[in-house]
Amino acid sequence: MNAPHEPAAVTADELAQRVARWRQAYDAAVPAAEPVRNRSGIELKPLYTALDWAGPSHPEDSGVPGEFPFTRGIYPSMYRGRSWSQRQLVGLGVPEDYNERARELLALGASALSFLPCNSVFRGYDADEVPAALLGTCGTVVNHARDMERAMAGVPIGDISTALNDPAPFTLLAFQLAVARRRGVPWSQIAGTSNQSDCLSHFVANHMFFRIALPGARRIVVDQIAFANEHLPRWNPLSIVGQHMQQAGATPAQAMAFTLASGIQYAEDCLARGMDPDRFLPRFTFFFDISISLFEEVAKFRAGRRIWARLCRERFGAKDPRSWRFKFHGQTSGVDLTRQQPLNNIARVTVQAMAGILGGLQSLHTDSYDEVFSTPTAEAARIAVATQNILREEAQLTEIIDPLGGSWYVESLTDAMERQILEHIDRIDAAGGMGAAAQQGLVQRWIGDSALAFQKRVDSGQQTIVGVNAYRVDEDPASYPSLAYPDATRMQAYLADLAAYKAQRSAAAVAQALDGLAAAAQSTDRNIFAAVVSAAEAGATHGEICATLRRELGFGQPLTVV
Amino acid sequence: MHERPPKVIVTKIGLDGHDRGSRVVAATLRDAGMEVIYTPPWQAVASVVKLAMEEDADVIGISSLATDHLIVPDLMAALREAGLADVRVIVGGIVPAADEAALLAAGVARVFHPGADFDDIVDTVRRLARERAHGATA
Repeated sequence: MNAPHEPAAVTADELAQRVARWRQAYDAAVPAAEPVRNRSGIELKPLYTALDWAGPSHPEDSGVPGEFPFTRGIYPSMYRGRSWSQRQLVGLGVPEDYNERARELLALGASALSFLPCNSVFRGYDADEVPAALLGTCGTVVNHARDMERAMAGVPIGDISTALNDPAPFTLLAFQLAVARRRGVPWSQIAGTSNQSDCLSHFVANHMFFRIALPGARRIVVDQIAFANEHLPRWNPLSIVGQHMQQAGATPAQAMAFTLASGIQYAEDCLARGMDPDRFLPRFTFFFDISISLFEEVAKFRAGRRIWARLCRERFGAKDPRSWRFKFHGQTSGVDLTRQQPLNNIARVTVQAMAGILGGLQSLHTDSYDEVFSTPTAEAARIAVATQNILREEAQLTEIIDPLGGSWYVESLTDAMERQILEHIDRIDAAGGMGAAAQQGLVQRWIGDSALAFQKRVDSGQQTIVGVNAYRVDEDPASYPSLAYPDATRMQAYLADLAAYKAQRSAAAVAQALDGLAAAAQSTDRNIFAAVVSAAEAGATHGEICATLRRELGFGQPLTVV
Repeated sequence: MHERPPKVIVTKIGLDGHDRGSRVVAATLRDAGMEVIYTPPWQAVASVVKLAMEEDADVIGISSLATDHLIVPDLMAALREAGLADVRVIVGGIVPAADEAALLAAGVARVFHPGADFDDIVDTVRRLARERAHGATA
């Protein structure tokens, strides 16, 4: 029989004596040194025992997955029930380039697509408003509904799920809805996520937001959530992003805290509109960076899950358990990767991906080893996907739910991360919430300070980075992978087509729709996103929609501090 | 004669907004005793030229993560046109080896890649500023 044996009876006093004895032996063997800390600054002991963690500190913590507060996972079955989604970002060149890649992925059996637009789109401009050399180098140029029709040609948009990287005012979703209407696909079938729709994280961290002042951007986010509640039952309108902040230098605990504080801000913005928390919270999703600090990342996610569950139930008053679940997508950290000895990055991505899986993520993007040079080559992208397949199907990581649960170290670290995250959230609450803290530049300063502190640890050699400040080898940089730029002829043809599109459509219909958009922005009670959809259907371009909103809601200059 | 501390503009041109690199470099140069003029991302080439002229900058540091280095040659041409050919330009970030040669050919003094040694960055900026003060050219 395989029954557990009776535990040997060890009293607390005996355990304390044994640990003291071990400590003496340890101190004799290891010279005294500075305390070891993780990236969040939490001191790490050499050994954890039952003296460090005796069980959940909250009596209501059930200790099983799928139950409040979900420390061990948001579903009872986790990966035994359903694996995480493999969601690799795709986007380059012109809409036809995207379409070729999307069809390849669908032919390979993908059921979900992602869409990464060109930086000109992120910034709220049409392709004819920016330097042509920069078009399509980091994402696909898409400026109007007909572009989206081409990008999605032959793609059954009612049967697959699409993650659109689509910051406010969500024109990509509007174009997608316009395509759906033309094809006769009901909007109720359109499934997916407005990826990175969180304007606060763009404002404080990576500045990829459309240039609109923050209050207006926040209003559009809430309008889009309200629109989705009404018309798009299979769409997740909000993805709250910690990834940008951790990539910009925030520690894992800070990144979790700032993300949860953003979640609080959006939830309270929705509540202030009189929306029902049990309608909007089940479709909030999160997006995090996963660093190579494995146990710290696992503890970050475990702590984040239970803090969010409590916030939803107690602070926002949600009663439906579906509202309490902390669903998140993870992306392995690009800043941990090195240009030196680039194949080493495959090992780094493997550890990062393990941290995310052990942390209970719902969806995963693994970086390609060459991401530090370029948008991934086909070979590197294949290895990134294979890494996920190996971890899922060869390593037996997924058969056990929350396998690190019950570890004295991981449980005590989860508690310590939770305490630190809550302290950061308290500081943001004291500043008036995440919106106010961002507008005061507070969060930007905290992130910058952490980035500088990390760089100093690397410079001083306290933090080893293999190939960068240790274990260096001579390499020929010419052997590094190069960047693939979009085909210049295709891009010129795209620009000519954009000019023709603008000339051919009904100018009167576009002008009327943009007037309607301006009127919605001027009003306090009309839904701006509904007006964005109408403008997209009337033939307005992304740049025109953004220019109208910039004019009505104010220009958003990033607030940066050094 | 007492030399003034090097005056350096740290900025990003083009479309990308990721500013971790530019902020850390700016803070490091400032801590090394230089006068650092730091701008938010998304600067137009013309605004950087204007700033360099108004501030009499010795060195301009351009940070690029997402292909904005492709318009650095435009900046070099604009500096020459404005009579600022002596202002030295360095670029840091993700620049493929093939593109590095093109930037150097366009007059960029140095390209720093991810993992660059920060002491090297500080020394390079000091040297370039000194060369400019003494009228040396590349």
